[in-house]
Order: sequence, then C-alpha cells, then structure tokens
Amino acid sequence: MALLTFDTAHKPRQSYASMAVLLAVMLVFPFVASQFGNSWVRIIDMALLYIMLALGLNIVVGFAGLLDLGYIAFFAVGAYLTGLLASPQFAALLESVVNYSPAMGDALVALFGESIRTEGIHLSVWAIVPLAALVAALFGALLGAPTLKLRGDYLAIVTLGFGEIIRIFMNNLNDPINFTNGPQGINLIDPIRIFGVSLAGEAGSKATVFIGGVGIPSVNAYYFLFLLLCIVTIFMTSRLQHSRLGRAWVAIREDEIAAKAMGINTRNVKLLAFSMGASFGGVAGAMFAAFQGFVSPESFSLTESIAVLAMVVLGGIGHIPGVVMGGVLLAALPEVLRHVVEPAQQALFGKVIIEAEVLRQLLYGLAMVLIMLNRPAGLWPSPIKEDRPVAATDKDEKEEEAVAS
Amino acid sequence: MSEMMLNIAGVNKRFGGLQALTDVRIQIAKGQIYGLIGPNGAGKTTFFNVITGLYQPDTGTFELDGKAYSPSAPHKVAQAGIARTFQNIRLFGEMTALENVMVGRHVRTRQGVFGAIFRHGAARREEAAIRARAQELLDFVGIGQFGNRTARYLSYGDQRRLEIARALATEPRLLALDEPAAGMNATEKLALRELLVKIKDAGITILLIEHDVKLMMGLCDRISVLEYGKLIAEGVPAEIQKNQAVIEAYLGGAH
Repeated sequence: MALLTFDTAHKPRQSYASMAVLLAVMLVFPFVASQFGNSWVRIIDMALLYIMLALGLNIVVGFAGLLDLGYIAFFAVGAYLTGLLASPQFAALLESVVNYSPAMGDALVALFGESIRTEGIHLSVWAIVPLAALVAALFGALLGAPTLKLRGDYLAIVTLGFGEIIRIFMNNLNDPINFTNGPQGINLIDPIRIFGVSLAGEAGSKATVFIGGVGIPSVNAYYFLFLLLCIVTIFMTSRLQHSRLGRAWVAIREDEIAAKAMGINTRNVKLLAFSMGASFGGVAGAMFAAFQGFVSPESFSLTESIAVLAMVVLGGIGHIPGVVMGGVLLAALPEVLRHVVEPAQQALFGKVIIEAEVLRQLLYGLAMVLIMLNRPAGLWPSPIKEDRPVAATDKDEKEEEAVAS
Repeated sequence: MSEMMLNIAGVNKRFGGLQALTDVRIQIAKGQIYGLIGPNGAGKTTFFNVITGLYQPDTGTFELDGKAYSPSAPHKVAQAGIARTFQNIRLFGEMTALENVMVGRHVRTRQGVFGAIFRHGAARREEAAIRARAQELLDFVGIGQFGNRTARYLSYGDQRRLEIARALATEPRLLALDEPAAGMNATEKLALRELLVKIKDAGITILLIEHDVKLMMGLCDRISVLEYGKLIAEGVPAEIQKNQAVIEAYLGGAH
C-alpha cells in the first residue's frame, strides 16, 4: 500500500503517478491475459462490473451510513430493463398485452410501430445506459422512502426484504402480462453496439471485434467499455464524496440529529444517496445483461447483495480505493481459484481432493473472520486524518499505567 | 423596549402523563445574551428542543425577528436562522474540525449533484467560499490551528468551541447554547465567557442554558427561571438573585 497512494489531498504527485501506473497496467492487461485464454479477461470483466456495484453501494453504506442489504435489486432493475428494451422480449410482452386487452396492445403498436410485434424493441446503448441509471435511481428513491426513519439493523432487515421482493417480482411478473418471462429469464439480449461495432463480434467472426481492421477478442472489447465505466464511476463518486452533498452524507452517518440541527434536510439527502447509489447499480446491471445476453432471477439473490456488501466492508468502507480493491479480490479470487486449484491438485496428487467451490467458501469464511479480527476497518481504510498518530496516545496510556503501578 | 429577536408564547408540551412545559413564554431583545436557568428536570432542554424543532409542541406561537416561523422540523428552524449546540456534544466525530464547520455552511449554500460532479466555476467558487468561511470561524472561536484534526480527538473544551463554530456557520440570528460550560474548569469557563461576549459583539443574539449561576449572573442581560415546566421568574440578573421563588426552587423553601 505504501507504493500506491490515492490520497490526492495530501500527496497529489504521488497519487497521480499511482493512477497513471495503474491505468497503464489496466490497459495492457487484457492483451497479456488473453494469451492465456479469454476466460481470464472474462473474469476481470465481471470483476469490473462488481466494482461498479460496490462503488454504488459505497455511497449508501460507506458515505451515508445506511446499511442496505437489498442493493442487488437495482442491479436487477438495470439488467431487466435492458432485457426488456434490447431483446425480442417486448414482442412477447406485446402478445400477452394483446391477449389481455387488445385495445392496449393496439395503442402500444401505434406508439412504437408495427415491427415490435415480431422483433421487440432494440434500443441502442446510448439510450440504455442513461435510462437504466434513471429508472434504477427512481427505484432507489422508491425503496428508500419507506425506510427513512430506520437505522442500523432495522434498515438492513427492511432493505433485505425489498431486495427479495424485487427478485420475486422478476420471478413472477410473466402473467397476465409477460414483463420478465418468469423463471426462464430473458434470452437473446442484444450485445452492445458502439458506433455500429458490436462488442460481441459479428456473426461468424468467432467473437472477434474488428476495429479499423485490427481484430481483438470480444471479451477485451467489453473489458475496455467496463473499464471506462468504472473510471467514470470512480470519478463521479469521488467528486461526490468531496462536495457539499458528500459532507452532508457523512454528517448523517456520524450524527443524524446534529445533521438535522445544522439545517440538512435529511429526508432529501438520504433519498439522494439511495438514488445515486442505485443508478450506478442500474448501469452495471444493464452492462451485465448485454454482456451475458441473458438474465434470469437467479442472478439477483440475497447472496449477491451480501457479496457486494462484503466487497465494500472488506476493502475499506467509505474509502474508494479500498472498495475497488475489495471488489477485485472478492469478484476475481473465487474465479481464479476455480481455474487454479483443481488443475494444481491434479498435478500434485493426481486427483482432486478439495473442490474449488468448497475451498472458495472455506477461504471466504476464513478471510471474513481474519479481517474482522485484525483489520476491522477493512483492508485499505481511509487514511487517518489525525496529525497526531493514534498509536502515540496508546503509548501514553501505557506509560501512565507504568507510572501508576 | 428594543426590537425583539425571539418572541415565543404559550408553549405547552406534554409527554404522556407528564406536563413538561406549561404556558412558557420568552422574549429576547436583539443583541442580548439571554439566560434560561432552573433546577435539573425543570424543562430547559425540552424547551430548547421545542424551539429548535426537535420536539413538536402541543401549542405555542413562534416568532423570530418579527416573522412567524414554524418549528416543525430542525432543518427549517436552522434555515429560519436559529442554530444550536447540544448538552452532550454532538459533533461529526470522524470528520475533521474544518469539515464539521463546512457542514454548517450546508444550509446557506446550494450546489447539488451536477455541481459536485462537474465542478464548474460556480461550484468551485462556492466550495472555496465554504472552506474559507469555515476556517475563519475556526479562527474566530480560537481553534484555527486544529482544522485538520479529527473532531473526536479534540480536547473537551475545543470540542465545545468547535460545536459553536459549526453553529455559527449556519449564519444564525439567534444562537442557542445548551449548557456550553458543562464539564469545564474555571479557566475554560473564563475563555468561554470571552467567546460569548465576542459573539454578542458580532451582532448575534444568544440564548443560553446553564447551571453555573455565577457565570450566568455576570454574563446575561436578562434571565428566565423554569421550575417543573413553568416560568417562575423573569428579569435582569440582580432581580433574579433576590427573587424568593428562585431561591426556594434552588435551595428549597422553609417548611
């Protein structure tokens, strides 16, 4: 941690240098990794999405101190929105609407044109990303509003419930009107197209994207898109953190009554935290849907909410570089284990003694316990602002004890 | 009589079976330091919480600087121009001293999400003004050198000062202090007294709850005395000192 620092306020030169180094590594990474197989890049693609999620949740949990256990719901909203508006699914929706009420069906056809009867709606990424952010933000405020008076454990339980409600909705919202296609999920979601170039590669190209005659694997193309979105997210959240609103969020976290007495409209500021956090989740969800080409309710279970929360807490709650590190560790390590552990055991013992999945859960639990015992503020917590080191006061106390005894 | 800064009348507040405040009124002239005293449990802090919007009164009329204000929510009261401190210090512990005061500027500034992310000219200017004003206020209360300290590691007396600086940052017309001298030693009390006079000289009216009668007598222009939620005396310190009801309330009457 000593080599890389992102404390721009205190060590600007060092931290900008760290950023430049990290960016250079990130830009080169996929070209090196894809030499060993596209699955490695794919792992990092998913990790980048999880980083976006963790950064969004960090606004709610880290800055505003609102423990949200249903955050994955906004990921789901973004993903399903993309599923509905960038796949043939809308044709199925229309069919169910026509069966239910022909007049309403005719109105929809009149609104969107005849082609949606067979092809559904296919919005471009330029419409999907802002729409996902907006709709998720709306859901964030909607789910946040009833919880405004709750804190701590109570808030956690209610948000957990909301998260599950959204998932159950996704599971059952296929009748009488087929929004989500139920447990089967939505298939054939359009890959992302940027200026006419499909990031999944054109048909017959073996998932290779050609940009100006140079072919790169599809996963690498997505990698750069997700990396860009991650950088934008980091930029936005860190700017928010160091602003009037960021201070208001932290003030609410530290002492809500004092924050109110200082003239902060805690209702509005909390709702804003919920919706800002949700909007990043929504965009990540939209990217997830397009990247996978398929969404189903299974991807949005409670364990996912907990995983994202674990990234925030493990990395360093409220500290953006820490949260990013938490995201990388918890999203990528399990996959890396999957790729390394079983072949390694095969090579060493000639058979698989511990399955990767079992080992993953063992390590997960062990890591949690060890970190909470040894580094309760996370692996990479916010730098201590105090100019008098905390350790010195401990020492003073010990000396006083020594003098007393 | 000079112009009124705060004019409150007919305040009743009931907690279940307990009548915490009965028909309490208070009139504070502009530029005064006004004291509110009374034995423990007399309802001083309850009255404070009512006028600053933390508790909802059952009845009462509220006027600040000639205009009616509604104590329906604390942030509206702060907006109207009353800032307060708390009996048990309530700072934003993990923030620095400077950031604490910067939070106080929230209610007088307006940059939102857009300004935060794009940091256009107006947003940058506002942020710089917030920072400059916060530093000024830290200097004003005498802890300017501790701007970078985490609030909860400040010494007790400095935490009290920081709370006052944070309240001043909201540009109050009336500063309401709930037992600012509690737990202070004689030297600290003297310094606090100087600070309060300095705030008064800056043109801010002060409402003060305090137990230290000696401090109050020398400092306040007028004093009200509460007992069992009722106003039992009102006047200049010399009158209060001689008032029989007040002496009985503090020392117990002859039986």
